[in-house]
Amino acid sequence: MDLSPIWLTLKLAAITTLILLLIGLPLAWWLSKKRSLIKTIIEAIITMPLVLPPSVLGFYLLLAFSPQHGLGHWLQQTFNVQFVFSFQGLVLASVIYSMPFMISPVKSAFQQLPVSLSQASYTLGKTQWQTFRYVLLPNIKPSLLTAAVLTFAHTLGEFGVVLMIGGNIPGVTRVASIAVYDSVEQMNYTAANNYSLILFAITFVMVLSVFIYNKYQAKSPLE
Amino acid sequence: MITVDIKKGLKAYNGLQILQIKKKFSAGSITRITGPSGAGKTTFLKMVAGLITPDSGIIKTNNTAWFDASQQINLSPQQRHIGFVFQDYALFPNMTVKQHLEYATDDIQWISRLLKIGGLGDFTDHKPNHLSGGQQQRLAILRALAIKPKLLLMDEPFSALDLKMKSALIKDLQGLFAELGATALIVSHNPQELDGISGDELEIG
Repeated sequence: MDLSPIWLTLKLAAITTLILLLIGLPLAWWLSKKRSLIKTIIEAIITMPLVLPPSVLGFYLLLAFSPQHGLGHWLQQTFNVQFVFSFQGLVLASVIYSMPFMISPVKSAFQQLPVSLSQASYTLGKTQWQTFRYVLLPNIKPSLLTAAVLTFAHTLGEFGVVLMIGGNIPGVTRVASIAVYDSVEQMNYTAANNYSLILFAITFVMVLSVFIYNKYQAKSPLE
Repeated sequence: MITVDIKKGLKAYNGLQILQIKKKFSAGSITRITGPSGAGKTTFLKMVAGLITPDSGIIKTNNTAWFDASQQINLSPQQRHIGFVFQDYALFPNMTVKQHLEYATDDIQWISRLLKIGGLGDFTDHKPNHLSGGQQQRLAILRALAIKPKLLLMDEPFSALDLKMKSALIKDLQGLFAELGATALIVSHNPQELDGISGDELEIG
């Protein structure tokens, strides 16, 4: 059995989760503060992948990053980067596709913290960054873990978006969900079953771990 | 001397309500702030601390303007160096008693002294959810004092303390205020609570 689709999937999920942690945390914090029209619009855009058919998202990404068209053409000419039918394209699509799974729980967690926590820290002379690092972040840890696991698990299960932008190149863009589909197409049910079983086991263990962890944590850090 | 002459529109259930306060607080004084619920006592304290911006007016300490709407001066809470005791305590759930004080100051001797005054010496490794309401309130007071502020704003700071603890703590605090040369503005519902120590009163609403 060729295990490369499984490794590729895990690599994709890990990189996507890491990138989303880096950009999702500050973005969720910013969104959790005072509302404005621009924030509402940005939040709506971030949430779109939840309701949009993955193939639609993949189609637009394919158009946007195709080397024959504007942005994709420019990226290739200027930086020699190609997002279509490449692993970096899968990462980009996954980051966009899984973004609401990271942003939404983290934003809610920030919003649930009383505003007086930040205010108390400011009156002690602490900067916004110190307050974020030492007060806010440690108090949303359970939500952050849930968000990271959900993002990772959601990326494992991607199909439509990755197929549209990445295609089915073995070792490059052929992730596990595509390998399942491809095996079924070739009537190789044994391979399809093996891939499916591994994906099922990984996601089940991850979701179960989050449930167990959250059971032993207070639901809200302030309880 | 702290001079306050500010205005702020507050949204109330019966429309916009104007909070207007004009008062001078002499250095080292203790002022009791009273008034009905929703009158703007907490908002007033937060405006002095720089956590809420007044619509107009000035807040001045000695000759330094903390806030001056006409000159667009508005110092941040960090620059004002004010001790603030929040009504909901605003303790950090992730920090122990000791970590709360260490977050505010590096002065270890000062921390030990505060812990002794607050009677929290045996609870240094406890997080807020393992403290009683009274202990949490005392920690909030100690944390505000940890930065050795010249101005202390306290929002219902003794509401969860029993009578014995309250009178002992108030006595100790009075000594500390004198030592720090601190001015204190204390919101209190209980008229007897600050008898004998507060020389002035401000009624809001």
